[in-house]
Amino acid sequence: MTAIELRNVSRWYGNVVAVNDVTMTIGPGVTGLLGPNGAGKSTILHMIAGFLQPSRGELVVGSRPSWQNPAIYRRLGLVPERDSVYAFLTGEQFVLATAKLHELADPGAAALRAIAMTDMADAAGRRVATYSKGMRQRIKVAAALVHDPEIILLDEPFNGMDPRQRIHMMELLGKLGAEGRVILFSSHVLEEVERLSGTIQVMVAGRLAASGDFRAIRRLMTSRPHVFLIRSSDDRRLAAALIGRPEVAAVELGPAGLQVRTSDFGAFCAQIAVLARDSGIRLRELLPTDESLESVFGYLIAN
Amino acid sequence: MPGPFNPTIAMITLRAVISRRRALLFAITPLILIALTIVLKASRPPSAPWPGRILGDFGFSVLLPLTALIIGTGVLGAEIEDGSVIHLLATPVRRSSVITTKFVVALALTIVFTAVPELIAGLIATGGLTRLAVGLFAGALAGSVIYTAVFVMASVLTTRAIAVGLLYVLIWEGVLANFVGGARVLSVGHYSLGVANAIAPNPDLNAGLTLATSLFMGAIVTVAALALAVRRLSAFAIKGESA
Repeated sequence: MTAIELRNVSRWYGNVVAVNDVTMTIGPGVTGLLGPNGAGKSTILHMIAGFLQPSRGELVVGSRPSWQNPAIYRRLGLVPERDSVYAFLTGEQFVLATAKLHELADPGAAALRAIAMTDMADAAGRRVATYSKGMRQRIKVAAALVHDPEIILLDEPFNGMDPRQRIHMMELLGKLGAEGRVILFSSHVLEEVERLSGTIQVMVAGRLAASGDFRAIRRLMTSRPHVFLIRSSDDRRLAAALIGRPEVAAVELGPAGLQVRTSDFGAFCAQIAVLARDSGIRLRELLPTDESLESVFGYLIAN
Repeated sequence: MPGPFNPTIAMITLRAVISRRRALLFAITPLILIALTIVLKASRPPSAPWPGRILGDFGFSVLLPLTALIIGTGVLGAEIEDGSVIHLLATPVRRSSVITTKFVVALALTIVFTAVPELIAGLIATGGLTRLAVGLFAGALAGSVIYTAVFVMASVLTTRAIAVGLLYVLIWEGVLANFVGGARVLSVGHYSLGVANAIAPNPDLNAGLTLATSLFMGAIVTVAALALAVRRLSAFAIKGESA
């Protein structure tokens, strides 16, 4: 079953193109929509959720356009990025109100079920205003789950979460995906996806840069160019040895240590220790300096 | 099939209004009106024409529009502003139901804070259930309905609904409608005065429209405003995209 389908979808704001000719299909299981900030992830999620009209192209959720079609919310749950919840309600009142808005047969039971699924039972009696960021995120997920939707969209669900909350949320999404639901979340943190999804869609500058199985993308990422900062017992001799390696593109000797540019992240990481040992040099520090997402995603788009 | 009035939305709206400090703001103007009435009543001879001036002029050109503006733009506008409206709109609830409920809640609040104080002030000023007191109450009721519809619509159409509403009340109704006769035809304040004047004819009310015109135009404006609000809410788009 293909739940969400985008065909040549573009969206622009005045002269600014936010999403440029994107075609993708999203089926059951967990899918990560990745990319640096401003890549158009939120725009895509908002269009799928029916809160933005595509400027061009076709977008369907379960074979019907989502724009101006509130009926899709019977099958779709949305967890928006903005932290604006009705803070004056308790968590339970908020989820229960959502259940009533969905006109569920037994809103009370549905609310309890959703609250239990997100592990919010202990805090459900407190006002949302008193919640931490992670709890707000979870209560929003509970509200989005309350009508048992087949499709759940989450906009940056891990933002502002501590590692424990993150793992908890990943487990929850993994569980929901394993139940056969369509889970689409956006994120600008690659590590989040590493633990989670089978499928990812990478957006860069409004375009779909890569899409498919996470492991394949991961392989691409390990063979990407990279810059390291190295400090050793003899920087100059290490520099001489390094420049002889095929995967090393440039070496610069500076007061802070060696700056090494490599064309193959994976091969370099595998070789550097062996090289140092063979040359009798002791490595003191090995620091990746170019971990910015833009550079990683930029590399993915080029390949 | 659920009716157009949604109790869940009404509950959230009421609680949101009460939780905001602005709620205190619209309790102040009616208190001023009643206090002013009591002071004037105590210091003026009963034959003087002040009740029409104070209750008609101050009541209909300050108290009524400003209170309706704060309430009408707040019931839905505040949610749109802070983004929480998404939780309401990401459900299959009918958009006409959202507007109807927001309108009804805002109308009830506006009546409590304008028409009721206007009636109380009228009773005090004229010393009982006089024609003038009833006329002012009826005018304030009509004005509450129309103003609320217009300001709820404004809050869906623009994020600057309060500024736009203030300009309308101060410039269009406050200045233009007093000097240019034609402007009165699109002045909610004059619809209210037209209704009040029809029940209690009084030159101090400065009514410029007949009852028929007031009711006819008032009905058209109310229905059109609510219909437009539903239309615009159905095409609600998330703004402030950083991409």
